[in-house]
Amino acid sequence: MKNAMYAAEEQAKGKPASVPRFSASRRNFLLKTGGISFASALVLAASGCTDNDAPNGGSLTPPNTTAIDLGSGDTGILNYAYALEQLEAAFYTQVIATPYSGISDAEKALLTDIRDHEVAHREFFKTALGSKAIVALKVNFSSINFSDRTSVLGTAKAFEDLGVSAYNGAGHLISSPDYLTLAGKIVSVEARHAAYIRDLITPGSFSSNVDSNGLDISAAPTDVLKTAQTFLTSKLDGSHLPS
Amino acid sequence: MNLQNIINEIAEVDPEVYERTSTRRHAFKHWGDFGKKLSLTALPLFFGSVLKKAYGQSTSGIADVLNFALTLEYLEAGFYSSALASTALTFPTADAKAAITTIGGHETAHVNFLKTVISGPLASTPVAQPNVDYTAKGTFPDVFSNYNTFLAVAQTFEDTGVRAYKGQAANVQSNATVLTAALNIHSVEARHASHIRQMRAAAGATVKPWITGNSSGIDSTAVQASYNGEDNVSQGGVTITSLTGVGGNVSANAATESFDEPLAKADVLAIVQPFLV
Repeated sequence: MKNAMYAAEEQAKGKPASVPRFSASRRNFLLKTGGISFASALVLAASGCTDNDAPNGGSLTPPNTTAIDLGSGDTGILNYAYALEQLEAAFYTQVIATPYSGISDAEKALLTDIRDHEVAHREFFKTALGSKAIVALKVNFSSINFSDRTSVLGTAKAFEDLGVSAYNGAGHLISSPDYLTLAGKIVSVEARHAAYIRDLITPGSFSSNVDSNGLDISAAPTDVLKTAQTFLTSKLDGSHLPS
Repeated sequence: MNLQNIINEIAEVDPEVYERTSTRRHAFKHWGDFGKKLSLTALPLFFGSVLKKAYGQSTSGIADVLNFALTLEYLEAGFYSSALASTALTFPTADAKAAITTIGGHETAHVNFLKTVISGPLASTPVAQPNVDYTAKGTFPDVFSNYNTFLAVAQTFEDTGVRAYKGQAANVQSNATVLTAALNIHSVEARHASHIRQMRAAAGATVKPWITGNSSGIDSTAVQASYNGEDNVSQGGVTITSLTGVGGNVSANAATESFDEPLAKADVLAIVQPFLV
């Protein structure tokens, strides 16, 4: 669809999709890496734009020759979570901006809640990570039909179940007990979302993915990133994450 | 630095140091081999990591945590099986009864899973099934004859279960397998809580799948202890309500709904005590 690609951060602020505002650090990084003169030139040109510039400025997007390194250790895991929360927040922001046909008041109210939760998660990680935070990701939702309930809820279910499995699978990779508890505080909210979305699609399917031991799914970052990448224009590099 | 001297000193005050590190015994006694492969600066890291594993959480400590979880799972499993067996309890729809059957089945699966882990890999003894009183000594006299009361107690059990597991995550951190299993149970309890809350909403209660502030959405002060503290808006040193949300700062409702809070073991035991006899 036309506006399928957004800078997640700007989208959340209700601004039209426009040229992503590359931070100085990213610009410097690109400059320092050298040999990417084409990309650097475009980035520098793009950085001169303001939010009010042409909304179709996305055509200035540099080729994604450089993947975004999530980092290592607990910082890497937090950036991993930050990336997933950016994806979810951008998705629900679009869902509420262009509600699917036939959406009920109750659905819209609770999906708005979920949007606000994901935005809170995203902003939390961004603030907690500070200077170590990755940039705002560019999402690619071209596979989603936002006017169609089945498409939207199917994607929502995939994102929520993915989020739950990601946090469950990353727990043992976290060193700090405090961060582990923080991840626990978030994952149960994602599970509440997942159950609600699943019930919207098929009443009573809130836990259909649970195995015979009564256990939810956990997934390794490699597998989660593979799925997440299909909804991102930005390229993520999770190769330095703990395993 | 002389690592062997440090190890010897620990062994003097704690003769069990080698036992605590049974799987690492070889590493301790032959740390010199490791030293050849590690740079001098890496040695303290290696040593610290071994000590963390040795003193972080013993196997018996982890079994204690899982026995605590087992008691809660027994409580939940028995609750749903009693409800389904009660001829006085009427489910409004077949779907409602099917959902409770599903949830009860998971709790029974959790009981069996935890017993297996405790008695198998952890080589400990699972606690016995507790004797229970689901009226909480008369607080919920119609728990198995009034659908709304039943759902209110179910919601409280599920939300409390989520908080209980969350509170224990860091206590099983030293065992990656146990931690992941506990997390995989934790999120299932949250799925249950979400669905029970939707069932209550369908039955007319004003409640959402997530917890707003410290509100139970239940007309009884008896359950409030399960929700106290859920109104926390400070996470990891970040005040969530000062973050940029949509059209202003993140609201207090969104800030509290988006993070579930843990409960310490003592708080959970105080909450479930009225249900135990």
